This record gives sequence, C-alpha cells and structure tokens, in this order.
Amino acid sequence: MEPFKEHKGIAAPLNRGNVDTDQIIPKQFLKRIERTGFGEFLFFHWRFDDDGNLRDDFVLNQPKYENATILLAGDNFGCGSSREHAPWALEDYGFKVIIAPDFADIFYNNSLKNGILVIKMNEEQVQQWMKKAEQGLTLDVDLEKQEITDTDGTVVSFDIPAYHKEKLLNGWDDIALTLLEEDAIQAFEEKRA
Amino acid sequence: MGKALTAFEKIWNKHVIKEEEGKPALLYIDQHLVHEVTSPQAFEGLRLNGRKVRRPDLTFATMDHNVPTINRENMKDEISIKQMEALKKNCADFGVKLADMYHPDQGIVHIIGPQLGLTQPGKTIVCGDSHTSTHGAFGAFAFGIGTSEVEHVLATQTIWQDKPKTLNVQVVGELGVGVTAKDLILAIIAKFGVRFGTGYVMEYTGEAIRNLTMEERMTICNMSIEAGARAGLISPDETTVEFLRGREMVPEGEAFEALAEDWLALATDEGAEYDHTVTIYADEIEPQVTWGTNPGMGVPVSASTPTIADAEYPDEVKRALEYMDLEENQPITSIHVDHVFIGSCTNSRLSDLKKASKIVEGKKVKEGIKAIVVPGSFLVKQQAEEIGLDKIFIEAGFEWRNSGCSMCLGMNDDIVPSGGRCASTSNRNFEGRQGNGARTHLVSPEMAAAAAIEGHFVDVRQFVGVPS
Ligand code: SF4
Repeated sequence: MEPFKEHKGIAAPLNRGNVDTDQIIPKQFLKRIERTGFGEFLFFHWRFDDDGNLRDDFVLNQPKYENATILLAGDNFGCGSSREHAPWALEDYGFKVIIAPDFADIFYNNSLKNGILVIKMNEEQVQQWMKKAEQGLTLDVDLEKQEITDTDGTVVSFDIPAYHKEKLLNGWDDIALTLLEEDAIQAFEEKRA
Repeated sequence: MGKALTAFEKIWNKHVIKEEEGKPALLYIDQHLVHEVTSPQAFEGLRLNGRKVRRPDLTFATMDHNVPTINRENMKDEISIKQMEALKKNCADFGVKLADMYHPDQGIVHIIGPQLGLTQPGKTIVCGDSHTSTHGAFGAFAFGIGTSEVEHVLATQTIWQDKPKTLNVQVVGELGVGVTAKDLILAIIAKFGVRFGTGYVMEYTGEAIRNLTMEERMTICNMSIEAGARAGLISPDETTVEFLRGREMVPEGEAFEALAEDWLALATDEGAEYDHTVTIYADEIEPQVTWGTNPGMGVPVSASTPTIADAEYPDEVKRALEYMDLEENQPITSIHVDHVFIGSCTNSRLSDLKKASKIVEGKKVKEGIKAIVVPGSFLVKQQAEEIGLDKIFIEAGFEWRNSGCSMCLGMNDDIVPSGGRCASTSNRNFEGRQGNGARTHLVSPEMAAAAAIEGHFVDVRQFVGVPS
C-alpha cells in the first residue's frame, strides 16, 4: 500500500444520510475477480440513467467536481453490505479522502485497508464544507498533523486512532505485520489443542 | 466467583492472542466461511505474496450469491461462471473444502453453517458477508468482514479487532399470535434506527427471546447488521444444544455432552453489566412492513406511510417515498405488489417455508403476481419436498426453485424489474437491491404469503388460515 501523508484536492458534497454500499457499487459489478477497474461503476444508478447517459442532476456529474478527490458524505456512510468493492470503486474513481459525521463499521475498516483516509468529523463542520463546496472548495488534509486546511485558511483538526494513522503513514501491509506475531499465534493454537 | 460477564466478554477473552492498550486486539478465528463474491481477490493476494491458507481445516466455502435457481446446467452469464470457476480453483489450490453448486451441502452460507453444525456456541466466526451476524444466534461472536480481511484470516487465522461495546436489547413480554421473529427485529430497527448498533455487539435477552426456536433466533441475529451492529448474539441454552445435537460437524456421545456443558456456561451471567440497554415490549408489536429504502423505514401493517413534515429527516422520507412511488399517509394495506419473494438468509429455513405454506395452502396467487420460493439450502429444499411443501406452493401458483441468494440481491437472473414492487422476506430494501429501479417491502414469510394471495398487504392475523 502507498503511504498516505498529505493530500490536497477538490471536495465534492454528497449530502445524503445512510448511503449504503449497494448504491456505491451495485451488485451487477461484483462478479469481477480483479481488485481494479471498479471506478467506472461507482454510484452507477445515480450517475447514469437507464440508457447509460449521465444524469445531470447527480452531484458528481457536475463538471466542477470532475477532478474531486475528497468526498464529503452524510451520516452512516457505507452501511449495508460488507463488499470491499465499495472502497475499491471510490479509490479507483479518484477519491483519496472521505469525510463524514460517521461511517458504517465494516466500510470504515475496508477503506483504511485500501489506503483511503476516512475522517469522522462533526456534522456541523461537514455541513459547512458541503455548503462551501457548492461554490468550490479545496481542502488540504495533513495526516501527520491531523489537520484540514480550508481554502480560506481555516484550520480544523481531526481524530484518528493512532494505530490506523501509523499504518497509513507508513503504508504498512496488515498481513505482514500480523505474521510478526507468528510465535504468539502458534502458542495460542498449541494451548487450545 | 469472578466478575459477572456477558456471553460476548467470555468469548472475547477466550480468543485474544494479544491485546495492548489503545490498539485493536489480535483475535483467533475458529471458523471462516467463504463464498464466491468476496473471496477471489483475497486468494489472488495470497498467490501474489506466496502465502498459504493457514488453517484450511477451519475454512469452508460454498457458492450462493451467483448461482442460478433454475437451469443450473445451462448457465449463460460468463462473468458469473468465471467467478464460480475461480472459487473452485482457489479451493482446490489451497485445500479448502467447497460445497459447490451441485454439492448436497450447498446453500446460502448462513444457512449451511448452522445446518452442518459448523456454527457452535463460543466460536469466533467470520465471513466476507455482513449477514454473518446470523451465527450469533448460537452464542457465537460472528461478524462480517471485507475482502482484505478475508485474505488476512486465510493467511493468519486471526483478525485485528477493536473490542466492541455491549448493548442489551431487552425484549419484555411475549409476542402475540401471528407476530413473528421477523416482525420483532423489524420493529426493533424501526424503533431505534439503522445505526443504533454501531460499535456494539447486540445481545437479545428476555422471555420472548428465550421462547424462540433456533431458526427464529437466526432471523433476529441476521438483521443485527441492519441496525449497524458489529454482531448480534443470543446466549446459548438448551434450545441451542438440542438444535446442534446430531449435526454432522459436532461430536457424539460423551464428547457432545461435555461440549454442551461448556456451551451452557457461556451464557451471560446473572448481574453482568452492559454498556447500554434498550427495551422493547413484545406484546405491542404487530406484523411489520417496510415502506422505504432502508430497513429502519418500517411500520405496523395497520399503519400508514409517514407524514413528510413530521419526520425527523423530511428530505430522506420524501426521497424514499418518491423512489417507492408511495404517497405520504398512505395505508400500508393499500399497497399492491407484483412480486413475492420467499427466501434469503433471513427467512428461507424449513420453518419459514412451513409457515408460509400454511397461508397459501388451497389458495391461489393473485393473477399478475410473480411469486417464487427459494429454499436456503439443498437440504432445506429436500426436507420441504419430503413433507410436500413444494406441491402446496406450486399448486398455489408459486415457482419452486433451487437454493441460493436469488432475489435477495439479484446477482443471478432472479430480478425484480424496474418499477416492480416486491413483498420480500429478505433483509434489505435499499434502492435497486432486487433489481435496478425495483421497490422492496420487507416482511415475514407469513405476510409475504398473504400478500401473494391478496395482491396487497394484509394483516396476516386476520387472514383465513392463520397458523394456530
Ligand atoms: S441471502 Fe441476501 S443477505 Fe443473505 S447472504 Fe445472500 S445476498 Fe446476502
């Protein structure tokens, strides 16, 4: 995994609560056996109409968000199915950071494992940024300092468990880390056998 | 005697390999269930890094999400075939036991785990599927994981977990006649919302829960994830032990009795404390129907859709009603359906099919309705046929299919068309879940069966033929 240190990018507002992973990536795209290439199917039925044309009324289809890399989302983002295809699609589409008042459990974990920085931020602040993003908002996210700097220079700090932060900063691979515990795992197995 | 503990805490303590302040704990996993959709990238990851499956003996795979429920021999969907072939190859290469499409143990992963007796009290169980919470009905700590975690468990038989908090969902009183486990869990989610369980293991307690059969308990725990919970759990008791006795993967004789004793000791201790408790009164619950686009948007069958202006989040309610093509304040019983689906890991066990068959016996599915029954596993199908349920359903005008996830998520051909409306015994009514543009109403098997006959929702308790 690529280390994540800092990211500056355009923020796109998706102002809906309880966005589930069925919306993020619909089931017909879950049949692939690769990890890549899911970006074009992101929010498929929100982005495209039944004839495959872009829907003008969907926020990510607006030209100003074309190069957005930060997603401002509503509460309980990523609920429902455990499909990791959801963060794969978001990442493949170009999102590096997702900011929401809260995330569903499994989605939060899945995102971190794919190097997406998921930030829990109070609802008021998220709403404020969503408003600003309608006019155009660039955020500078510094993981090391745990700070987000707004276009106008305002700095807001955020929380992230130290353990996740360290892993993201270093781009560590979970399995490699766990294999360092081999002795403990083996001892555990022997004790129970 | 030590401190009084909850069942969850006892299981947790028995599985911690390593625990440090401020960090997730490393937990040992006793049982890993695998299916075709969330595993190919995990096996590929192992291959790329030259890793093995650490404990193939604790891993079990099946095919359920993609499998056709008719014409299995004549599959046309190339990508589905590829995905199932991939699972076959992966299981062969890594030495994992597989119940493929034609295997007598095949079925929805959450149906076959308990059926085989792989699911047992006290186990830690994971699967790349959010409804893994189902297995908590046995007093196991069972939860859904993503594909990266599937790879991690395959490689290490462990997982890093933040210790969840405990939530006691206390069900007071008794469920009324004609009110099912499905109605209870739908009512719980309608009352407390789709995220009240986030960060918690929910343990269901109380008289009403103790009186449920194992199959009913599975229906309850299955939908814990729809409340956002990490897992659902019910303390093991005699009902649990008797369900498991004689199953293929449990020991026999004295070894079983010894094991059963250990299981019973896992039950939450008298006086154990939970981080949080909520209470719901069973006797106030009616049969439920969801009207919206998440499982918390549900009401009693006698009620109506909400008033937009009175809602906590009016925009969401408005959006959901629009998608569902319903008016505000519309009586639930005025909603007509064109599809009925009896199946899914929530409600496709033998008892579910029996109860639904009682409602449809000797009656006819309303003209214009496509109604299908999809048993949860090969074995359920076989057992149902032995007692003639297939005939009852077919005579009433239902289609009788082979087992799989089917119309719960429509990855195979079992799809509700755009604009179609389905009374479904599954667990998710998200936009497009059963097919792009499809509208889903979640109900119990009895309510789905009654809707198939009447063409619209009815209170099953007033329905002729209500099971006594
Ligand atoms: S039946 Fe539905 S919810 Fe259950 S495992 Fe299959 S797709 Fe998931």
